[in-house]
Amino acid sequence: MRHDHLIGAKQLSRADIESVLDRAAEFDADPTAFADAHPDALLALCFFEPSTRTKMSFETAIKRLGGDTVDMGTVESSSVKKGESLADTMRVVEGYADGIVLRHPSEGAARLAAEFVDVPVVNAGDGAGQHPSQTLLDLYTIRENAGLDDLTVGVMGDLKYGRTVHSLAGALTNFDARMHFISPDSLRLPRNVRFDLHESGAVVKEHTDLDAVLEELDVLYVTRIQRERFPDESEYRAVAGEYRIDAETLNDARDDLTVMHPLPRVDEIAPDIDDTDHARYFEQAHNGVPVRMALLDSML
Amino acid sequence: MTDTELRVSKIQDGTVIDHIPGGTALHVLAVLGIDGSGGEEVSVGMNVPSDRLGRKDIVKVEDRELSADEVDVLSLIAPQASINIIRDYEVSEKSRVSRPTEVVGVLSCPNVNCITTGDEPVDSVFDVLDDGVRCRYCDTIVRDDVASLIEST
Ligand SMILES: [Zn+2]
Repeated sequence: MRHDHLIGAKQLSRADIESVLDRAAEFDADPTAFADAHPDALLALCFFEPSTRTKMSFETAIKRLGGDTVDMGTVESSSVKKGESLADTMRVVEGYADGIVLRHPSEGAARLAAEFVDVPVVNAGDGAGQHPSQTLLDLYTIRENAGLDDLTVGVMGDLKYGRTVHSLAGALTNFDARMHFISPDSLRLPRNVRFDLHESGAVVKEHTDLDAVLEELDVLYVTRIQRERFPDESEYRAVAGEYRIDAETLNDARDDLTVMHPLPRVDEIAPDIDDTDHARYFEQAHNGVPVRMALLDSML
Repeated sequence: MTDTELRVSKIQDGTVIDHIPGGTALHVLAVLGIDGSGGEEVSVGMNVPSDRLGRKDIVKVEDRELSADEVDVLSLIAPQASINIIRDYEVSEKSRVSRPTEVVGVLSCPNVNCITTGDEPVDSVFDVLDDGVRCRYCDTIVRDDVASLIEST
């Protein structure tokens, strides 16, 4: 990859993506064989909101490459609580580490951080914005299961606030993918994501009902609809129930449908899907390590 | 002398901004950072009849010539505006506004969750689209009422 930072999916070309995925496949094949790759690398984990999995995944990745982490700890215990700007925090951390992984509740945080430091910044989620390293592991999983060409992908759930969805949609414009977005009207893709999809000439359709497209799909990417997006519990229940799948829902799906989810799930994918051949979400989570190894390897 | 000319009298030196959408002259002044506190003489005509716009506003500012940057920003809220630079009561330069590719430090992002709306040491940056603007940090697109995003000075 020719980029110093990974801020959003938009910056990724098809060649960038393929080179990371190819390298990830090498790490995946033998994750313990690369412990000499970056023996002195120190990666700063700056998580301004909690995300145990993403953090552990980056931590595992850098340690598999022979490096180590420094951790900001929780926001409650840091100077951020005292009102320090993100720009200042980043400039301090830059002095400690060779790269920064940033999770932040505000959109645009990673872009801002990248302006203030010379070490590479990886956006590990900025508010409802982007989550591009998740997208790389999603694409890795899709490539393993369905290939990345001539692909029909359904993305269902909270498309408005779902940063994994925004990044995935952007990255898929590099491939020959037909995209179906399934959500309640109130949680449609935001205007800026639809704008970029339109600009890229992507084949995109929006639906409120999964049944309309289920039979065509190679991949169904499910995301969680968050309770706090709704003014009251009953409204949430009414909507969430519509976007929950179980083994019976998938009766009409293709046998080789790949079901994915960025995890954690709550109840949008019933446990009876776990034992079917459709379920790929745990494999997807596992892929986070080799993909992040490849990403860090290219940046550090 | 017509009604329009009476409302907004001739100036000796300065700038006349004509063909501003009706009712938005105060936004134009805000963009230019003109609030009268600098002592400059400002005349505003609002909602005067116009062949081209139906209703238009006109702003005349004495002893002030607009810079290219100012004209750029003006184009976001008054894309049809014409700028007349007046020297010694005569129009010495006449131009239309043209849209810039970006505006820096002028608009504030309407997304309350955007990193630029906090206390960070950065200027807002918006890319200019064909029909709106887009925050370069959070990607939020604004098409309607861009004038409402103008940062209070
Ligand atoms: Zn913004």
